[in-house]
Amino acid sequence: MGILRSLLSLRLASLLALLMAIAAPAFSQTEEDPGQALLANLADASPRQMDAAIEAIVNSGDPRARSWLDAFGNNRLSRNKDTGQVVVVLRNVGRDWTIADPLTGENLGEISRRELDRVNINNAIRGKLEGVLAMLDLYSTNPEIQRTAAEAMMGKVNETVIEPLNNLLAQDLPAPVRDRLELAVAIYQLEQGDAQAKADAITALTGSLHSRARAALNKAVAGDDPAIAASAKVALISIEQKLKINRAAETLYFGLSLGSVLVLAAIGLAITFGVMGVINMAHGELIMLGAYTTWGMQQLFPGQPGLALILSIPAGFMVAALAGIAIERSVIQYLKGRPLETLLATFGISLILQQLVRTMISPQNRTVVTPEWMSGSLVINDALSLTLNRMYVIGFALVVFAGLMLIMRKTRLGLEVRAVTQNRAMARSMGIKATRVDIMTFALGSGVAGLAGVALSQITNVGPNLGQNYIIDSFMVVVFGGVGNLWGTLVAGLTLGNINQILEPWAGAVLAKIMVLVMIILFIQKRPRGLFPQKGRAAEG
Amino acid sequence: MSIKKHVKLGLSALALSVSFHAMAAEDPIKVGILHSLSGTMAISETALKDTMEMLIEKQNEQGGVNGRMLEAVVVDPASNWPLFAEKARELLEKEKVDVIFGNWTSVSRKSVLPVVEELNGLLFYPVQYEGEESSENVFYTGAAPNQQAIPAVNYLKDELGVERWVLAGTDYVYPRTTNKILETYLKDMGVAEADIMINYTPFGHSDWQSIVSDIKAFGSAGKKTAVVSTINGDANVPFYRELGNQGISSSDIPVVAFSVGEQELSGIDTGPLVGHLAAWNYFMSVDNDANYDFIDAWVEFKGDDKAVTNDPMEAHYIGFNMYVEAVKKAGTTDVEAIKEAIIGVAVPNLTGGIATMMPNHHITKPVLIGEIQDNGQFSVVWETSSTVAGDAWSDFLPGSRDLIADWRAPMKCGNFNVKTGSCGASAGEQALADAE
Repeated sequence: MGILRSLLSLRLASLLALLMAIAAPAFSQTEEDPGQALLANLADASPRQMDAAIEAIVNSGDPRARSWLDAFGNNRLSRNKDTGQVVVVLRNVGRDWTIADPLTGENLGEISRRELDRVNINNAIRGKLEGVLAMLDLYSTNPEIQRTAAEAMMGKVNETVIEPLNNLLAQDLPAPVRDRLELAVAIYQLEQGDAQAKADAITALTGSLHSRARAALNKAVAGDDPAIAASAKVALISIEQKLKINRAAETLYFGLSLGSVLVLAAIGLAITFGVMGVINMAHGELIMLGAYTTWGMQQLFPGQPGLALILSIPAGFMVAALAGIAIERSVIQYLKGRPLETLLATFGISLILQQLVRTMISPQNRTVVTPEWMSGSLVINDALSLTLNRMYVIGFALVVFAGLMLIMRKTRLGLEVRAVTQNRAMARSMGIKATRVDIMTFALGSGVAGLAGVALSQITNVGPNLGQNYIIDSFMVVVFGGVGNLWGTLVAGLTLGNINQILEPWAGAVLAKIMVLVMIILFIQKRPRGLFPQKGRAAEG
Repeated sequence: MSIKKHVKLGLSALALSVSFHAMAAEDPIKVGILHSLSGTMAISETALKDTMEMLIEKQNEQGGVNGRMLEAVVVDPASNWPLFAEKARELLEKEKVDVIFGNWTSVSRKSVLPVVEELNGLLFYPVQYEGEESSENVFYTGAAPNQQAIPAVNYLKDELGVERWVLAGTDYVYPRTTNKILETYLKDMGVAEADIMINYTPFGHSDWQSIVSDIKAFGSAGKKTAVVSTINGDANVPFYRELGNQGISSSDIPVVAFSVGEQELSGIDTGPLVGHLAAWNYFMSVDNDANYDFIDAWVEFKGDDKAVTNDPMEAHYIGFNMYVEAVKKAGTTDVEAIKEAIIGVAVPNLTGGIATMMPNHHITKPVLIGEIQDNGQFSVVWETSSTVAGDAWSDFLPGSRDLIADWRAPMKCGNFNVKTGSCGASAGEQALADAE
């Protein structure tokens, strides 16, 4: 045991030495750079020797250790098959890869990938490496890095780091870092400590919503100490209680987000189908065009996905609106008042558009990058975090809805649209150019579909089949909400989204979808005009 | 121009064609390619059509087979299952092709089966599938469940210490059968019912929020949890995105996928997915000269620096070479002769091993487990020590345990029951019966 202890303190000393070394002048180049041996050792290590090889690098106190281990963790360490030199791969795309010398950082130019032999890393080693790196980061002076490191320590505490951790805890630490580390240590104690430490750990873990804490408690319940098991059970029950509230909030959020996707997809249809009465089966493909516009914009602005995304909002609207005008002028205007023919013709258009994208761009999905500020999630607590991309989509849906309401209620165009749809002949005799209104309305509805596409590009595939996945849902929402009523679309979309998410956990995704459809059918039987039926004479026509 | 000159020209043309004929000896070997170029499956199948065209081109550059050139006959079944049967009939009856390479989905294969059996054609099927089938006229160059699913589960259990299992799949025949096999297999190994969660989603499912949240909850029970995913095609992208957004990393809950390859990954930013797994018999990243040559040829053929290769493409590579070898061995393209000659034919695969056609019309393959990297490629972290022979009938399903397939004389049966000693209906007849 004594040897282990001295090893541990040695380890801690080396960790500190490493930090000091960063401030120290860079390693001078001699013939025998110890880094070379360390890296070669890592590259040659069998999976069982990996731990020791990593440890040797950490313990070397070399200021470059961090960059080596990062490269290793990211699969970037390779060995030149000819010379045996260990190199860092800077760019690993294509046939020739750019490599650099890990010792000097010097760029060694390009080399064929055939010449390189990757230093293998797998999940198990990566997990350990993350623990080691987090341990190093805990000594960082940057509180942000410290916090991420503390988070990463959850469940990764083992007998080698427990002592340095306890020493660290004895020092002054920012509150969030301290909380996290205490939790991490408690999880370790619950698994490895003696009876007293276990009991203390359970007290520390009570009330924590972290999944690792729950995992540790669950293990303790199944453990062989009855007293510990009983108190762990009590702690778990109180946690479950708290979790229930969080789960309900989560379901509500999921429902809102699915609902807002449905609203976005359907709201353009609510105008073309709801207000104009045109059954446009190509609506889904207009959504797809919007999504492809986002992809196109990202190609135009490489490296700036955020800017491209913002610019695609007007661009997606315009592209889809122009496509809408083309469809209206070339086909729909000749089929006025013949819904069956319109349905078939627009279905044909949808197939044409799909195949056009397939042959002109590619049958493969396109990569649309999510900007940094949209990825990840907003952490409320350990059990509840709201995904950011979905939150933006919810906000976007509401803004689009409000914008449309404004146009329909407050602008000349909106007034004319309502006049023409209510009584075409009368509106025309009042001097309204009905044909122009038709074009504008269809363009508006199509443009909004394009906006939906821009938003959907952030949560689903951008491919030729994108539209098909949303067309049925869109019609469902519009019919359920009441044809011709924008409010109905909003309420229907959000309701269906929530019902779906409530049903899904216990009925499964397939059954939930069927149940929602059956429910809508029953509802339409009772109220054929949907949630918010249009009233007045216009509705009878 | 005088009439004389015309005659002269005509004569020399005739002479030329005669001498040309003498050189080519016979008509070209017609290779039918039955892959969807439009509709939902075009995303996966167009690359396979291109692969076949490339392989045929290469073979012709080497002088064809037995002095005969090869000619591709491409049809487009448009992701429409009944149309697959019609197009197969067109290929065999009208075009009189010698062999067909095609299909992706199991349902399309089942629709083609009765036609190839009736017209006695040859079909090479390149995609991993659920097994439980062996037809006299079909050669399965993709993986059967014992060449993909079972080894992957073994890897998770033995190497990563997984004790709790989520079997997530798209709701159709391949995931359902595979999961049934895996469920029996896991239970046989002593995994409790409560430690297995099975989840099915519709095709193209895009809203994964509550399912991912469920998986997260399932994974916090104190035992190492992994997801075994048979989620198909498009639905994978939003699934992985949701995993990343909800903060599930590969070291918490690894996902091993059977239908996610290089092509699927080329549609996503793989940064957050690093470390998640896939089980295949080939990865584009395999460090092998034959593989690098294949990739270089493919990149050149496509004229696209970023073109990726994947497992079904390797299956076509193997299948095509096996057919070529069989034609050489038999000295003819006669279907009966090929069927006899091809069993036992061994050709190199792209991972540095040898693929052999087994008597049950499945082939031997190595099983590789790869981890997703940030460049959209997989890095191989584990592989079987030798190749595994494809098993047409799973040992983990009650009805199929007693069945074997052997197309050599004298057995010549795709589903011989070793208990009753009788041979059941052919795969095509069964597909027809199931359809009714």
